[in-house]
Amino acid sequence: MAELLNHLNLAGAIFGLLATVTVGCAGIVALSRNVVHSALGLVVCLAGVAGLYVLLAADFLAAVQVLVYVGGILVLILFAVMLTNRISDVKVSNLSMGQGLAVPLGLVIATLIGVTALSVPWDTSAPSGANPTTVRLGNAFLDQYLLPFEIVSVVLLAALVGAVVIARKDVKE
Amino acid sequence: MDKIIANPLILLDVGLGHFLAVSAALFAFGLITISTRKNAVGILIGVELVLNGASLNFVAFSRYVTGSITGHVFSVFIIVMAAAEAAIALAIVLSIFQNFRTISSDYTTELKQ
Repeated sequence: MAELLNHLNLAGAIFGLLATVTVGCAGIVALSRNVVHSALGLVVCLAGVAGLYVLLAADFLAAVQVLVYVGGILVLILFAVMLTNRISDVKVSNLSMGQGLAVPLGLVIATLIGVTALSVPWDTSAPSGANPTTVRLGNAFLDQYLLPFEIVSVVLLAALVGAVVIARKDVKE
Repeated sequence: MDKIIANPLILLDVGLGHFLAVSAALFAFGLITISTRKNAVGILIGVELVLNGASLNFVAFSRYVTGSITGHVFSVFIIVMAAAEAAIALAIVLSIFQNFRTISSDYTTELKQ
């Protein structure tokens, strides 16, 4: 029993730390006046979400989150920020309007979602061992979800080709 | 009992509700970002936050309610979609910047100039 309490204590402490970092950095993203701070806040926020995936025993997803989000998408975003904004002009780099309306609205929506989610008596009796998920994911992708998997590959290819076509400069004939 | 009073963190038996609360907060902050930013890249950052909140929900339900792998599959699809969306949107942003010299959504009101 003491062992169990210790375990819960550790999980709870780690969860508290990760949740604080994640939500705090989401706040920085939403409210910062400098777009570079927003982008860097997103880095830490997404890393925190990867940590929460680890806590949820989603090992493969945590690795993918770090590789794709923190490594890929965020480099793209930072690249776009550096390329398109006059960074020295931080006062105008991340203008926002209507925060007096949007923040209360966001709070109301978060409260609504939270209250709804917590008031529903979810059946949490399912077996939830911390097993490795990679094998099961691979089997699911090549069996039950084969068609969506192939379609999403084609979509990704089309999107990347489209991105190249859109971003390149027109070649004068 | 003394131990519980001495250390309130012991009471924090992490469950489904905690993860749902975090993802609700992520979603709300993303929504605030999307609705208040004028910078196109800022709006995109808000979309990423919303997608992550949804993805976290899928994984939490997969862990605590269904016990199956389906939630993970959906999360992988969400991540792939987010990657495709980010690549396309940033290409569009760069293209807009080349044409308008700004990416503020106030000034990019025409498709062609």
